[in-house]
Amino acid sequence: MSAMFEGNALSAMQTSHCHTSLNNYRMGLLSVVCVSLFFSSTFAVDRGNFKTCDQSAFCKRQRALKPGQSPYRALLETLELSDSRLTLQLINDNNKVHLLLELYRLQGNMTRVKINELKPLKPRFEVPDVLIAEPPTEPLSVLSKDDNGVVLSLGAENQRLIVSARPFRLDIMEGPEVLLSLNSRGLLAFEHLRLHKDTQAQADGAEVKESVDGDQQQDEGKKDEDGESEKEEDGLWEETFKSHTDTKPNGPTSISLDFSLPGVEHVYGIPEHADDLKLKTTDGGDPYRLYNLDVFQYELYNPMALYGSIPVMLAHNTQRTMGIFWLNAAETWVDISSNTAGKTVFGKMLDFVQGSSEKPQTDVRWISESGIIDVFIMLGPKPSKVFSQYASLTGTQSFPPLASLGYHQCRWNYNDQEDVKSVDQGFDQHDIPYDFIWLDIEHADGKRYFTWDPHKFPQPKEMLQGLMDKRRKMVSIVDPHIRVDSGYKIHNEITSKDFYVKNKDGKNYEGWCWPGNSGYPDFTKPEMRAWWASMFAYDQYEGSMENLFTWNDMNEPSVFNGPEVTMHKDALHGKWEHRDIHNIYGLYVQMATAEGQIQRSGGVERPFVLTRAFFAGSQRYGAVWTGDNAAEWDHLKISIPMCLSLGLVGVSFCGADVGGFFKNPSTELLVRWYQTGAYQPFFRAHAHLDTTRREPWLFGPENTALIREVIRQRYALLPYWYQLFYQAHKTGMPVMRPLWVDYPKDTATFTIDDEFLIGSDLLVHPVTEEGSRGVTAYLPGAEEVWYDVHTFQKHNGAQNLYIPVTLSSIPVFQRGGSIIPRKDRVRRSSTCMENDPYTLYVALSPKKFAEGELYIDDGHSFNYDTKKEFIHRSLTFANNALTSSNLCPDCNFLTSSWIEKVLILGASKPSKVLLKMDGKETPVDFEFDTSMSVLTLRKPGMNAGADWTLLLQ
Amino acid sequence: MTCLHLLLTLVFAVSLGTPVEIQRPRGVPLTKKQFYEESKPFTCLDGSRTIPFDRVNDDYCDCKDGSDEPGTAACPNGSFHCTNAGYRPMFIPSSRINDGICDCCDTTDEYNSGAKCENTCKELGRKEREVLQKMAEITKEGFLLKQQLIEEAKKGREEKQGKVTDMQENKKQLEEKVEALRTVKEAAEQPEKEAKERHLKAWEEQKAAIRLEKDKAKMAEAFLELDDNSDGFVSVSELQSHAELDPDADGTLTETEVQGLMGGAAQVDTSTFESVWTNIKDKYHSESQPEEPAPVETPPDEVKEPAVDNDSEPYPEDDISEEDDEDEDDEDDYHEDDDKAPPTVKTPEKSHEDEEAMPPYDPDTQALIEAAQKARDDFEDSEKALRVMDDQIRNIEKELSFDFGPDAEFTYMYSQCYELSTSEYIYRLCPFNRVSQKPKYGGSETNLGIWGSWSGPENNKYLVMKYEHGTGCWQGPNRSTTVKLTCGKETVVTSTSEPSRCEYLMEFTTPAVCQEPANTEPSPHGHEEL
Repeated sequence: MSAMFEGNALSAMQTSHCHTSLNNYRMGLLSVVCVSLFFSSTFAVDRGNFKTCDQSAFCKRQRALKPGQSPYRALLETLELSDSRLTLQLINDNNKVHLLLELYRLQGNMTRVKINELKPLKPRFEVPDVLIAEPPTEPLSVLSKDDNGVVLSLGAENQRLIVSARPFRLDIMEGPEVLLSLNSRGLLAFEHLRLHKDTQAQADGAEVKESVDGDQQQDEGKKDEDGESEKEEDGLWEETFKSHTDTKPNGPTSISLDFSLPGVEHVYGIPEHADDLKLKTTDGGDPYRLYNLDVFQYELYNPMALYGSIPVMLAHNTQRTMGIFWLNAAETWVDISSNTAGKTVFGKMLDFVQGSSEKPQTDVRWISESGIIDVFIMLGPKPSKVFSQYASLTGTQSFPPLASLGYHQCRWNYNDQEDVKSVDQGFDQHDIPYDFIWLDIEHADGKRYFTWDPHKFPQPKEMLQGLMDKRRKMVSIVDPHIRVDSGYKIHNEITSKDFYVKNKDGKNYEGWCWPGNSGYPDFTKPEMRAWWASMFAYDQYEGSMENLFTWNDMNEPSVFNGPEVTMHKDALHGKWEHRDIHNIYGLYVQMATAEGQIQRSGGVERPFVLTRAFFAGSQRYGAVWTGDNAAEWDHLKISIPMCLSLGLVGVSFCGADVGGFFKNPSTELLVRWYQTGAYQPFFRAHAHLDTTRREPWLFGPENTALIREVIRQRYALLPYWYQLFYQAHKTGMPVMRPLWVDYPKDTATFTIDDEFLIGSDLLVHPVTEEGSRGVTAYLPGAEEVWYDVHTFQKHNGAQNLYIPVTLSSIPVFQRGGSIIPRKDRVRRSSTCMENDPYTLYVALSPKKFAEGELYIDDGHSFNYDTKKEFIHRSLTFANNALTSSNLCPDCNFLTSSWIEKVLILGASKPSKVLLKMDGKETPVDFEFDTSMSVLTLRKPGMNAGADWTLLLQ
Repeated sequence: MTCLHLLLTLVFAVSLGTPVEIQRPRGVPLTKKQFYEESKPFTCLDGSRTIPFDRVNDDYCDCKDGSDEPGTAACPNGSFHCTNAGYRPMFIPSSRINDGICDCCDTTDEYNSGAKCENTCKELGRKEREVLQKMAEITKEGFLLKQQLIEEAKKGREEKQGKVTDMQENKKQLEEKVEALRTVKEAAEQPEKEAKERHLKAWEEQKAAIRLEKDKAKMAEAFLELDDNSDGFVSVSELQSHAELDPDADGTLTETEVQGLMGGAAQVDTSTFESVWTNIKDKYHSESQPEEPAPVETPPDEVKEPAVDNDSEPYPEDDISEEDDEDEDDEDDYHEDDDKAPPTVKTPEKSHEDEEAMPPYDPDTQALIEAAQKARDDFEDSEKALRVMDDQIRNIEKELSFDFGPDAEFTYMYSQCYELSTSEYIYRLCPFNRVSQKPKYGGSETNLGIWGSWSGPENNKYLVMKYEHGTGCWQGPNRSTTVKLTCGKETVVTSTSEPSRCEYLMEFTTPAVCQEPANTEPSPHGHEEL
């Protein structure tokens, strides 16, 4: 849910009531909305509530700097080289402030560049808890050095790092090619800490007035400087947006750095934005903004900030994929420009033919409000390598409990225990599987999280036991805003332990959120997080049981009456300002919650926590969703690029509210959304309080059947999803991926974001157009074939395939050359399917080859990790033999699952099929469908963990 | 795993107290036993293919219709039959076989999952019998009550129809009476009117005379005032000092203008001043008196609604007033207040005139007025009675027009309301009228819908009531309520909920939906097996 009104509408809150029947506080909030919406009456974000770059003083200041010669110079005489670390001072010739540059060569083909003030007045914030460890380094060596600069070797691949002294810039080269340059456009700008002019005794006027250290106005000349800075001085020590004043006691602290990417035309990442997969140039508009915000009714296709921020950008061309990870948790803006943007294909051709063209290049500029410059340059070169590089820094996707990959049924709100029971029964009556039912904020007693409404949920354990009896689970919401109420244990403990965030005056920070006046625990404090985690113990969280999991909403944090609906930047987290830590607050909330779930089981059980706000590293703690979307076709469409962008930067467990949160979906939209959501990693239907009920069986038998069918498809594919998550957890490979990740040389894939891959082997092109009669899917791979998973029809790769569709169609294709294990016996929850047999779908490549994997464990505990209790098989079809071999010989896990069926797509008819196992050969029955060339092996029957070979003769 | 392929089940069915064993493949109902003969190949029930019998229940799905695996979970569309001896037999989807959840009370669905199921059929059977018995009792009693309700409704309806007929008859008489009284009234009003007119005319004449006298006095006074030099003439210049007399109101009273006022004469004496006075008297300000304040506008009194039923027309006095009105423009205001003695009331307009009030009517006229008034009152009373009767007839006809069920068994709820108090609200269901919700601790009532229609399933629409068009919801529909009716001895709202925002659901018990018990003996269980 979102903050539902503008901050300054609060005064109206208690007086206006649209619903006479609604007399509690939250309804008061709703009534404010109804007032404000009645006047504006459009269904979209109120942009006026959120800053543009022009309204954000540091962004405006920084952006006013234009590319030119950098005032920074490297002082080569200060160079110090230890084994793996090079330090060097930089000086700004305009203001003589010294910076310290640190360069590291990191293991796995990465370079880290840190720039801080050499002697800051006080320490500047460096983001902790994002890197999983201090990244291991490799030796740096100086290849050459002269007055102009230093050349360093980056290791084997003929890669060099060139430090140019005057002006300062860095270039990373491979052979003769420049891969990436820093400060080549001279936009390095580092606002050093300074004393306020009121208190500054020996004021150097020019320096103080100077808005940005790197200020270089060669064009306009010095004469303009004073005039310019007078104007800009407003935002340096105080800044007001709407009715909120940010006191900025530290003055200007922003930082900026530019990166040039020669040969790159496609950049991706920096979620969260409701925009296309391929990032657009930002010339003439606002930069992409990264600032975790609770945006009410967000608008699509623009660079506005949303709930989460991951400051990681990938750059891709046919030769190479690289990544830039800008480790900074303050408000950040990213400008992108390109020398080919706007050129038509013909224009590019002409350039090519004439040979006169400049090389395509993308220029990127990062601007943050505070902290230091700490950049990780991931050099790839393959997409998979960039993923593993990033994973080595921030960790991988947590390995979720298998059940959490099933279907989730959510609504604001399931009203009471009776409601929960009847929805649960509804699924059984209509034979639709589900694993989790969710409780939103109304379940708690007066929005006091960790409690239950005594009237609506008087017997939570009874309810949870009822679900457990069905082998199902529940999620309850636990938000980080804590009702200020001396009768509330959580509030009292946080108060007594002094764990609340403080306002600028050192008092407990208070803001308005769902419960009314609320405090915000300081999750940046490790002691606070430990205490919070302990609150999830079964004896602390009364009424909780092992099948109760958690949802962290509103953790941007959302503050209804705060600036931009979030916390004041001058609020204090210990010695750091909220300004410094803003974008990581949400990560900490989920981190502490996940830790609580682990602890309550004595470290045995895997947690499941959903979060709305996130940052780099959030992938380690659970799932994210794309927040409060709407029941509109465009919102269905945007769910694909939004989750693809997250997947590229580590967050695989992503989903959008199926059906759309706000408004009522048409039946067609709802069905299409189920069909899309079933093929996205996190699959949860959710709906706003004001919408009509939309459980899957409420739209007539035909639509119930359509929805049942697609949820069943999801459940049948759970073994594949689970295995992909295991892979993501081990390697950092995204589960849901853009096509270019697997077809990096195929330029036709670079901008596709209406279809996607699940792993490497399933290609999905959901139908996202109203009234669609057909879709055109691009099937990649010149040498490849793809099989329609419903009909087994074979199609060649490297073509645009038109697929006629009806309301029941979900275009999904299995790649020739892959083996996908499925459990085709779909039951009422994933746990009920635990011991069921597998069917192997072997899709042969044109060379009659296929391979795949099978991963099995208990589905919920850490024993796979701590005791190696899992089965990991490699499945290979080659030379007319399908073989299962062990990928983890020292693993031990026993399964009662077996192989009930093998389908070989694209096969020819054998005369005989033999199962070789334990030194014995036994014949296997088979059928052959000539029309589709599908060979079905009947009940070979071997245990899923065994070594075996099936021979086709 | 795959070890328990073709277990034949022993089925105990209770029939006439004799246990009978029937062998058949697991999950097959008796009615389909003949299709599963161990000695023959099995043909899928959809006829799609034939397979060796050892492939029945071998935990692999061979038939598209799932019929070869009645006892395993192998077929996605299969179903499993549990006998549930002691309780009701049922089919469950095969996906619930060995899923670790006990679905069949006889535990037969969980033969290989490790789930610890207990046979609860006897207990369930007993409970169900109890419930059924209780239900049967309720139904029985409810049905009896329903008969009474039908009887009462029938009686009520007849009564009401009779009443309507009677009233229609009375209405006719009343209408005649109204007409007669109207004639009487009109007959009495004619002499009243004439007498009043006479009286008024006399008074008008008297007033005119008085006014003339006053005007003359005023003129004389003005002459003296104007004649500044007391030469017995009013001259142009003397008149010119009275700027208020400016005929074109341009702020200056020119000599020419004054001459115009004076009819071209240079001066006038008292006798010729009369014609000048006619020209100036409306504007003339006495020099001795301060300017008179403008008459204060008194706001008209709010129109008083006659105290009659809300839905009847306001008492039509206008007709009567208008008849008196024609000559009395300055007396408009007080008709509603009092017709009897207009002269005793001072109208605001008159307050600044020092004219005398109209003298009381002479006794003859007064007598005529009183007679007419009585005729009016009589007429109005009778007309009112007619309206009341019309309302009553309309109400009864409205009630008779409602669909109170096939046997009018819902009649008794009409004009009743039933309340349910929850922790927050008091819900109120007034059948055939409206549903509402009132916060317990202050706050106004919310309309959750007004009577819409019966909207139960096709076979019995009288099981659900729909109330619609309640108070609107933000970004949503108007509130509406669905009322589900179930058989009960008492008429009670048993629960309310709001499954979707602003769409309410009420459970309501009433004898009116109790069905005639089909059979007084509750049917024994498991019999259809044999």
